[in-house]
Amino acid sequence: MKFISILLAGILINNFIFVRFLGICPFLGVSQKVETAVGMGVAVTFVMTVASGITWLIQHYVLDLFGIPYMQTVAFILVIAALVQFVEMVIQKTSPTLYQALGVYLPLITTNCAVLGVTVLNIQSDHNFFYAMVNGFAAALGFLLAITLMAGVREKLEFSNIPKSLQGFPMAFITAGLMAVAFYGFQGLFKDFLVL
Amino acid sequence: MKNKYLKTLTDGVVTENPLFRLVLGTCPALAVSSAVANGFWMGLMVIFVLTFSNMLISALRNFIPDKIRIPCYIVIIATFVTIVDLLMAAYMHEMHKTLGIFIPLIVVNCIILARAESFASKNSILHSAVDGIGMGLGFMAALMIVATFREVLGNGTFFNIRVLPAGFPVAKVMVEAPGAFITLGLVLGLINLITARSKTA
Repeated sequence: MKFISILLAGILINNFIFVRFLGICPFLGVSQKVETAVGMGVAVTFVMTVASGITWLIQHYVLDLFGIPYMQTVAFILVIAALVQFVEMVIQKTSPTLYQALGVYLPLITTNCAVLGVTVLNIQSDHNFFYAMVNGFAAALGFLLAITLMAGVREKLEFSNIPKSLQGFPMAFITAGLMAVAFYGFQGLFKDFLVL
Repeated sequence: MKNKYLKTLTDGVVTENPLFRLVLGTCPALAVSSAVANGFWMGLMVIFVLTFSNMLISALRNFIPDKIRIPCYIVIIATFVTIVDLLMAAYMHEMHKTLGIFIPLIVVNCIILARAESFASKNSILHSAVDGIGMGLGFMAALMIVATFREVLGNGTFFNIRVLPAGFPVAKVMVEAPGAFITLGLVLGLINLITARSKTA
């Protein structure tokens, strides 16, 4: 039960983009085309899930053990940076086209606040190792869903007649706002059985 | 000489405003702009981190090997963020709880890394410090502008002081998530409009 509730909470109720405002930069930067958006989402999903696991181990077996929990931010960001470097090398070898399309946003996964955010939230909400990874995976799926939906809308937006001063980022924000209204509706979902 | 520093300062606040012009640091901008006070403290923390990380990176710019510069920058930034985090937890406990996860997340605020990479790694210590202050002030001003709209319309208050009459119907949605996106979008649009107008005039 807890497994399902964490999954649903991560994807819909506490959607990282629309409710928690984490990972907005890549959400706006890479959402022009559905294909690249999905590629980005999958790369982020991998990084977030693995980072959740590794940082959990580091927090419990290194930082807590040596009594240096204040090193959390520094330690976590280094783990994430290394992991992103690894993913970058893998994508470069396996799919050069995706690598080209993701461009500068691939190394920028390091500074995607969703990744650092989910690892810190995992520790704050006292998840065990398994649920920490589930939570990371769920939050990443929420990101993937949001960025894919957004890319779909933005592909259509290109052909619409938008006032000049609202073109680009302003319109993207307003679109995201309207999507956030829809996601707001999920707040009431499973109110009594979700105690998170 | 003096002009150069003044220009860097105004660049940061107006012409290259990190939030409105460069569209960087949007996550904290959306999240903490529900109240003007939150925006103010967030801005203050960003000014602190940005100024000191800029200074240290500028001081070390000849020693940091080019290939591993990004991890070096991130460690320097993370150190200063940890300092503010602990300071806030000790002296501003309520605010620390309100801003919550967005304090450690200053590490991944794109503005700071962007300034380290594009400014501090190429300029003198003093000049980098001025740049940090200017960019930080610009970010803080932008946060407070967005927060003003949201707090006044969504809560009827400004800096926790009631400005709209008590019975005035407030739009609660403004302080919630959808309001954040829509307000920022409209403010960005407004600024584009103003710049376009002032250029043609």
